[in-house]
Amino acid sequence: MLLIPCPWCGQRDEIEFRHGGEAHVSRAIDPAALDDAAWGDYLYMRDNPKGLIAERWVHHAGCRRWFNLLRDTVSHRILAVYKIGEKPPDAASDFGGDP
Amino acid sequence: MQRYSIFSLARRAIGGHRSWAPLWRKPAPKPRYDIVIIGGGGHGLATAYYLAKEHGIGSVAVLEKGPIGLGNTGRNTTIIRSNYLWDASARIYEHSLKLWEGLSAELNFNVMLSQRGVLNLAHSIGEVREAMRRVNANRLNGIDAEFLDPAAVKRFCPILDTSADARYPVLGATLQRRGGVARHDAVAWGYARAADARGVDIIEDCEVKAISVSGGRVTGVETSRGTIAADKIAICAAGHNSVVAAMAGVRLPLRSHPLQALVSESVRPVLDCVVMSNAVHVYVSQSDKGELVIGAGIDSFNSYAQRGSFPVIEAQMAAILQLFPSFSRLRMMRSWAGIVDISPDASPIIGRLPVAGLYLNGGWGTGGFKATPGAGHVFAHTIARDSPHPLAAPFALERFTSGALIDEHGAAGVAH
Repeated sequence: MLLIPCPWCGQRDEIEFRHGGEAHVSRAIDPAALDDAAWGDYLYMRDNPKGLIAERWVHHAGCRRWFNLLRDTVSHRILAVYKIGEKPPDAASDFGGDP
Repeated sequence: MQRYSIFSLARRAIGGHRSWAPLWRKPAPKPRYDIVIIGGGGHGLATAYYLAKEHGIGSVAVLEKGPIGLGNTGRNTTIIRSNYLWDASARIYEHSLKLWEGLSAELNFNVMLSQRGVLNLAHSIGEVREAMRRVNANRLNGIDAEFLDPAAVKRFCPILDTSADARYPVLGATLQRRGGVARHDAVAWGYARAADARGVDIIEDCEVKAISVSGGRVTGVETSRGTIAADKIAICAAGHNSVVAAMAGVRLPLRSHPLQALVSESVRPVLDCVVMSNAVHVYVSQSDKGELVIGAGIDSFNSYAQRGSFPVIEAQMAAILQLFPSFSRLRMMRSWAGIVDISPDASPIIGRLPVAGLYLNGGWGTGGFKATPGAGHVFAHTIARDSPHPLAAPFALERFTSGALIDEHGAAGVAH
C-alpha cells in the first residue's frame, strides 16, 4: 500500500491515484524523421529498474493533476515528488543513495 | 534415475520408504558449460530438459538464485488453457497444452494435471460477441472451444450466480474442456529430476551478478559461486528479465509488476471447474486440498517487492462475492505476490537478443505457467539451433521494431 504525497493535496491513499508509467520519456520533435528502431525504442523500451524509478502519477480521484515520483521499486519508499517538466532530484546526493 | 511405479512404491514401502533417492543432485558449478540457463523456475528447467532430450546437449547448467521453483512457478494459480484469439498465440499455447497432456508419463512424475474445464464468463453483449469470435477462432486453429448460454453455464457450474439481477450478469461463457489445473511444484520437481537424470547441473543458491561479453558475444557469467564460462546464455528470469538482460547491455520492453493471489480455508468440494472473468478480473478454482485458489490482477506500479497493495485484493474479493455469493463465509488464509514481466502486447518474447549467444524466454506476464512445457520446448530448439522454432518465430523481440505485435491484451482478455 502506498501513501502518495500529491504536491497539491498532500498525503493520500494509493487508490486515489493512477500510475502513468515511466517519466521523462519524451516524444521526438519530428517523429517522421525517426527510423523503425528509434520509434520502437520510444514506444516500447523501458528501464524497469530494480531500485530507483522516476514515474508519473495522476491524482485521479483528487485534483486530477499529474506529477512525478522518485520511488524505490524494492522497498516502495517514495524519495521525492516533483512537478511535470522538472528534472528528477539527484537521488545519490539528496537522499543518501539507494536505501 | 529411480523410476516411479506402483511396484517401486510397494518395494520401498516394505523398506519403510528409506531408500528414495533425492530428485536431483546438488552439484558444484563446473568452470564451463555449453549452455547456461539463468533462472530455475519451470521455464528454465523445462528448457534444460528439452535441450538434453531433444537436442542431445548435456553440458547445461541451470543457475537459480534461491531454491528452484520458489519464484513464480510456486506462486501462480496453476491454470492451464490454450483458448487464445490470435493464431500465433493459439499455436504456441496449444503446443504447450498437448505437451501437458503427456507430461506425467514423459517425466515419470505425476504433475496432477486435471482437465476440469475452464469457463471464461461474458457479462455484456460486447463480451458475448468477443467470446463467440474467440470460440470460432479457436476452432479454426483446432482448439476445443464451446460457447455456453446462461442455462448451460448454470448446469456446468451450479454455484455461480447466474440470476438476471446479479451485479455482474452472466450472459454466457466460453468453455475449454481440455483446460484445467496442474500441481505447479510437481512441474518444477518433475522437470528438475528428468533434466538432472540427463546430465543437466541444477545449481541452486547461485545468483548471477554479471554477464561477460567480448567482441559482441557472450563468454560467461559471474555468479555468487564463481565464474562460469558458457557459449550460450539463456535468460528465463521472469520478473527479473530486465535486470539480467541489462547485465549484457540489452534493454527490453518489459515492466515488472506484482501479481497477487490468495487462498481460502479448505472446504468440501464446491467448484469442480476453473472460472475466469475478464471484466471483473477474477479467476478461481478449488485445489485438491479444498482451498479456493483466487488470482487477482497486477498492481499498477512497477515493483520487485513480491508483495502487492491491499486494495487490489479487496477489489478482487468484492467481485468474487458477486459471482459466488456463498463464498462470503469463507476466510482467506494466505495471500502473496509474484513479480511478473509485462510486455506491451501481453505476449511473450522468445528468441535471440542483440548480443550473440544470448537468448530470452520472457515477457510471459501473468500467464506463463500454462506455457511451461511448450515454452521450454520451443526455446530449447531456438537456443540449440540458434534459429527460432517456427512456433516461437512470431514472438521475437524484433516485433517491437517491425510493429507486428500479437495483441492479446484485449483479445484473450487481461486475465490469464
